[in-house]
Amino acid sequence: MKALTPEAVRKLITGRSHPPKQSNNFESGSQKKVSSKRQEKARTDTGLEPYSGSWGNQEIAHLLRRTTFGINFNDLANVSSMTLPDLVTSLLQDETLPDPPLNVRDGYTGVPIGQTWVNKSGDFDFNQDKLYSLGAWTMGHMVHQNLTLREKMALFLHNHFVTQVEIVVEARHLYSYNNLLREYALGNFKELTKQMTINPAMLVYLNGNLNEVGAANENYARELFELFTIGKGEQIGEGDYTNYTEQDVLAAARVLTGWVNDYLVNTSNYISEKHDKGDKQFSSAFDNVVLSNNEEQEYIDLIEMIFSKKETARFICRKLYRWFIYYTIDDQVEQQVIDPLAQIMVDNDYELKPVLTTLFNSAHFFDEANRGCLIKSPLDLTIGFFRQFNVAFPDNADLINQYANWRFVYLLALLQEQRLGDPPSVAGWPAYYQEPQFYQIWINAATLPFKRDLTNFFTLGPGYESGDFILGIDPIAMAESVSQPSDPNILIQELIDLLYSIDLIQDQKDFLKEVLIPGLPDFEWTVEWNNYKSDPDDPNKLAAVSSKLRALFSTMLSMAEYQLS
Amino acid sequence: MKRREFLKRSAPAVTLPFLMGGVPIRAIGKSSFFEQFVTTGEENNRILVLVQLNGGNDGLNTIIPLDQYSNLFNARSNVLIPEEKVISLIDDTGLHPSMSSVHSLFQEKKIGILQGVGYPNPNFSHFRSTEIMVSASDADEVIKTGWLGRYLDRDYPEYPEGFPNDNTPDPLAITMGAIVSTTCQGPITNMGIAISRNDALYNLNGEDFGEVPDNNYGHELSFIRQTQLQTQLYLQTVSDAASKAQNLSSLYPEAGENTLADQLKIVAQLIAGGLQTSIYVVSLGGFDTHAEQIQMGTGTDTGLHADLLQKLSDAILAFQDDLNLLGHEDRVVGMTFSEFGRRIRSNISYGTDHGTSGPVIVFGTSVNPILQGDNPEIPASLDQEDNLPMQFDFRSVYGSILKDWFCVDEQVISTLLFRDFQYLPVIKTDNVTGLEDEITDASPLGQNYPNPANNFTTIKFRSSGGHLEVSLFDFQGKKIETFINKNIPVGEHELRIDTGSLRNAIYYYQMKHANKVFTKKMVVQR
Repeated sequence: MKALTPEAVRKLITGRSHPPKQSNNFESGSQKKVSSKRQEKARTDTGLEPYSGSWGNQEIAHLLRRTTFGINFNDLANVSSMTLPDLVTSLLQDETLPDPPLNVRDGYTGVPIGQTWVNKSGDFDFNQDKLYSLGAWTMGHMVHQNLTLREKMALFLHNHFVTQVEIVVEARHLYSYNNLLREYALGNFKELTKQMTINPAMLVYLNGNLNEVGAANENYARELFELFTIGKGEQIGEGDYTNYTEQDVLAAARVLTGWVNDYLVNTSNYISEKHDKGDKQFSSAFDNVVLSNNEEQEYIDLIEMIFSKKETARFICRKLYRWFIYYTIDDQVEQQVIDPLAQIMVDNDYELKPVLTTLFNSAHFFDEANRGCLIKSPLDLTIGFFRQFNVAFPDNADLINQYANWRFVYLLALLQEQRLGDPPSVAGWPAYYQEPQFYQIWINAATLPFKRDLTNFFTLGPGYESGDFILGIDPIAMAESVSQPSDPNILIQELIDLLYSIDLIQDQKDFLKEVLIPGLPDFEWTVEWNNYKSDPDDPNKLAAVSSKLRALFSTMLSMAEYQLS
Repeated sequence: MKRREFLKRSAPAVTLPFLMGGVPIRAIGKSSFFEQFVTTGEENNRILVLVQLNGGNDGLNTIIPLDQYSNLFNARSNVLIPEEKVISLIDDTGLHPSMSSVHSLFQEKKIGILQGVGYPNPNFSHFRSTEIMVSASDADEVIKTGWLGRYLDRDYPEYPEGFPNDNTPDPLAITMGAIVSTTCQGPITNMGIAISRNDALYNLNGEDFGEVPDNNYGHELSFIRQTQLQTQLYLQTVSDAASKAQNLSSLYPEAGENTLADQLKIVAQLIAGGLQTSIYVVSLGGFDTHAEQIQMGTGTDTGLHADLLQKLSDAILAFQDDLNLLGHEDRVVGMTFSEFGRRIRSNISYGTDHGTSGPVIVFGTSVNPILQGDNPEIPASLDQEDNLPMQFDFRSVYGSILKDWFCVDEQVISTLLFRDFQYLPVIKTDNVTGLEDEITDASPLGQNYPNPANNFTTIKFRSSGGHLEVSLFDFQGKKIETFINKNIPVGEHELRIDTGSLRNAIYYYQMKHANKVFTKKMVVQR
């Protein structure tokens, strides 16, 4: 099977080889400035106290939408009787690490199809085959995730401890990096940071493997402070960023000398001769600590030093906040959410579970002000669509095609400017740090029409055909997941409840009903549906209801509300 | 993936070789020369407006067979219009009393009516029957493309790749309403756009997106909606057209009183504003009159169905009046359709159930202003299930409009409609161009006459002195002949062309003169 290119997928989905040229639709003066109309929101003063409001489908869906890559009607039904604390506990349960990725390509002659390549050294000529396998495999975990937090957290960590496939290149290194993300997704953040510091993929990505005595390479040390742990504070002097200084960067770089990756064995090694054995003097930001030579244990001393500062916990908690709740962190959020959350993190020595448990049980998480305001990332949107509509993928028996379809999903997200495995820079995806737009960066003149074409491709057409397999929705099955599909009002309402975070207004519901049954009274839907049910093998009756359902789905997924979680 | 491969897999029916005069049609759109001509010139494109009556219109109470009145009375006394109130249209055929506007248009020769339009093996499902009507399929085949979508795809096979562009800046088709009409569904994408309440035009006319809550959710929602609006590819061209023209008719009801009139009003505005869009789809819902289609107590000529027909009729009248005042009446033809008619016998709820064939109304100065088809014969005794027989296949109406209004070759039409069709004189054929042959200041090149040409045709043109060239091109832009290529004295001239050796097709003739190029389309049809 020929691998699909992004261009081919774009053409398939949109009919265009390139994004459409945008005419300048608005004179700059006439463009409405939404932000200027914005006023300070009336906010409640919720904090981390346990949520005690109503607990129903809306709240369950809110929690599951934010903590997974999408839910369907069955997911909702399965957990509907759980309490909030029980559901959070269930979301935070540990899972065994997935089986390794398999070779699915003929051209990779070193490993039979269906066998894993992760323990096979060498084979550098087949790196592309391995990367193909790894990328698809990663996507597969997200698409087929259990109802747990692991995959959403693994992506959070990927966005936090960024590496890029394009730069690291070596597939086995990247596999070990991916495994690390999943292993620590709900584990100890400090331990993860230690592991990540000497992970072979990271050593390559931020030049740790070039960092040696007499020729310190500061790349990793700088990002360790700035992006991975304590964060850059206000610049209060030359080379002084409040939380750390340039002196600290250099000192840390020296601490980290001596570590190199090993491409053949897929590990990292400490080479004492490359290690800087001198004392490393840190600034007052770290209480003027001096780290002395501790050989291969010295990087641990460095991490412990950084994590001894509560600001590190605050920095991590802010990133969690922007990942799971919203991007605006004002004084009130800082005081009532970030700071106490950071304290929990410190008190639990950087274990993530107590922090996440508190956050997801909190009144703040369920605050009306924080619902429906998170713009879905391309991965959220795309994987979410497949999960909401319970779209089946090829099974293990059709391994090659299974990977090909996962790869297809990868390309769909890529065409919306989110390339799994390759954030645009070491800072991660700008949607989670770039002020003032944040999430809004996902929505632009190129991606938005593509998103509409994408949902139309699947809702209106048969889907993506590969071999004998069709990756597509079953409109009838989707309708039958509703409690009473024969009632157009219930059908539409339950779809609204599943697909949107916030209920639509009546005008919009009327509009959707007009799409389902144009110009017709409600009972005509019931008649047509029951006609189909009484004779489901009649292609005419099937076509009658499925085409209307498809029109409804298409419309619902093209509404602005669908972009929000 | 190659587009052709995609077509083969998704819609096998449309991969039939489209042939026109031996030339594969698919090649045509690839010629930018062709596209250049399609949109060249002043507002000279022809426009078709489809009026979809959702729910299944009760044809027997719309076009009333007066010669069958006593049998009709037996069948549907509780909904039948009193004989004396029926408007006499012609001979034994009458109109619902709410349709006086249509009657006056009929007298002005701007209305044509076809009786008994339907299809074999009728389906009584709204959804399926609508699908059959818009796809032009047989009752037992499911076709995903629409008949006008296939027509447009023939001319614009690359769409949406590279659209809009300088040659084709405007939407190919516009649906007024919630979602873009399936009638315009092409093999790969819908060939049209929809303009709805939430959309560009309304918004630019001052309406807002609707309420959003004043919170983070509302903030993000507004942002996404604003971006959606800005990414409407055709927003600028549509709103420009809307801003260039104002409706002139005083016959439109107040906004909100007649949704069909509201839609047609915008259509007229866009046409007058110079939009080159050739297909508009508008709709009116509520025709599913199972119960109380008449108002009990005030007479069977009042109530739900009477109101709907009044809206339909008044909307058409206002639209025609507007187009006339705006000077575009001759470029526009309209046609109503509904998924089915209703049962001959009424039910005890003062309504009528799903039926089969029904009347189609065509409107405009270019329609053949006659009643076609016979009054249906209503048997003296009827079962509840009895239905009207079909007189004309709906695809014959489509095919005839494609042929006479859009000048599509019959062979091509047969492939677009998957079958040969019975030709019906729906459009006045002595008025095929709808254009005047006068030369004007704007265009010193006149329309050929007669057009379509048979064996000869004449072209008027005006020279301002100096070199002048007149040539003929085929549809693909290939030059066939140069008639004049020399200095021509100042003044008006006539060029007579022998078309006897040209095959039936659309051609373009072009005049190059004084650093300008003028182009007109001509049809050869024998």
